Amino acid sequence: MKIMPCPVNGPRPVSEFVYGGEVRPMPEPSCTDAEWADYVFNRSGIPGVKIEWWYHIASGTWFLAERDVVADRVLRTWLPGEDAVQGGAR
Amino acid sequence: MFRQHDRLKDSYDVVIIGAGGHGLASAYYLARDHGIRNIAVLERGYIGGGNTGRNTTIIRSNYLTPEGVAFYDESVRLWQDLAVDFDLNLFYANRGHFTLAHTDSAVRTMRWRAEVNKHLGVNSELVGPEAVKEACPQIDLSCGGHAPILGALYHAPGAIARHDAVAWGYGRGADQRGVEIHQKTEVTGIDVQGGRVRGVHTSRGYISTPKVLSAVAGFTPRVTHMVGLRTPIYVHPLQAMVTEPMKAWLDPILVSGSLHIYVSQSARGELVMGASLDPYEVQSTRSTLDFVEGLSAHMLDMFPFLSHARVNRQWAGMADMTPDFAPIMGKTPVEGFYIDSGWGTWGFKATPVCGKTMSHTVANDEDHPLIRGFGLSRFERYELTGEKGAASVGH
Repeated sequence: MKIMPCPVNGPRPVSEFVYGGEVRPMPEPSCTDAEWADYVFNRSGIPGVKIEWWYHIASGTWFLAERDVVADRVLRTWLPGEDAVQGGAR
Repeated sequence: MFRQHDRLKDSYDVVIIGAGGHGLASAYYLARDHGIRNIAVLERGYIGGGNTGRNTTIIRSNYLTPEGVAFYDESVRLWQDLAVDFDLNLFYANRGHFTLAHTDSAVRTMRWRAEVNKHLGVNSELVGPEAVKEACPQIDLSCGGHAPILGALYHAPGAIARHDAVAWGYGRGADQRGVEIHQKTEVTGIDVQGGRVRGVHTSRGYISTPKVLSAVAGFTPRVTHMVGLRTPIYVHPLQAMVTEPMKAWLDPILVSGSLHIYVSQSARGELVMGASLDPYEVQSTRSTLDFVEGLSAHMLDMFPFLSHARVNRQWAGMADMTPDFAPIMGKTPVEGFYIDSGWGTWGFKATPVCGKTMSHTVANDEDHPLIRGFGLSRFERYELTGEKGAASVGH
């Protein structure tokens, strides 16, 4: 089982987590329809290191993870508004 | 079976990226039906080595939206005489296809699909558990007691075929008509000037061309990135596995959305099995033990007698998913750049009709009528083609 380092509960099996998608800045509500559609639908589908939302189901914790989506390696995780803590792939 | 070309020419009328089923079918119909033969098909690996060779080979047309049903039904029709067309045995086997319903809401969705299908002339009907038991006496209808089968959508035209042979058949047919297939040739960039395609940079040099068709499944975001196009496509792995060969016992194709299973028995006797998508983005073809454990447990719910069966192989493909579980096909804002993408976990069955419609689209620079519901521009208009109820686990 792959291990995800939760910033609150420490290393836990990845099956305890839900993937929340890549972090994307929301445009101002005054933006154009095209900009809003781009925000709603379009994704950066190219491979690389991405910052993503993850959710620990058992403790109800949303947090951020920096992950290499090619090697599937978690580089670090942290709570929103906090400094990153060292994670690492297992 | 194919000619080997020492070098690329300086220019082609059409460059197709990806020598899988979709790319080769497009080349085949461009050469056969539209008289365009100065075509290069570029493939970074080998023919049919991507998702064409990684799917679980199920062919059906029991979709949910009128756009989807009409499109896949044309594909099922095209499959019928393909082996004759190619003079190659595709091992096309018409098995019948059951989509099992374990809940009341699933029964309602099956009834909905059956009625949409019947209305459009596709052979589908809602059947009771006894029809499932009759077609497959080995099944435990209670699924271990926790997911009893309440009914099923039965689709008689459901079939399986040998996926490698499909790529070889289209490839050989295209090759014989003058199309050049270049394997181990990676596209590294696409030259766009003034909003128009001018050429393609490859690992073996530059070629100029006015038209590029991208048919690269899970590599689509990398290719659209080369022309500066943003799309809703996201890539998750889809895994599959086969057991050791055994005596023929499973005739129909069985699919269960609740148990996340689709299974058929190949001509060689292996059980070919798949499940739902991996739950998060990974852009590689790694496979996992979690997948084997999860799928095996669900298989044993339906077929407890398989507890001694061994799993021989497992693998993964990169699925290019879309928000509405329908493909993204046709022209794009970049002139001369066409895409056949968003084929996620449902692309194999559509191989012939994709070739037909994309060849028409590329040759005439106009979207084929059958793919008008699948354009990239539907998202900015918020006009989605919702196929999730029929595409997600029902391969």
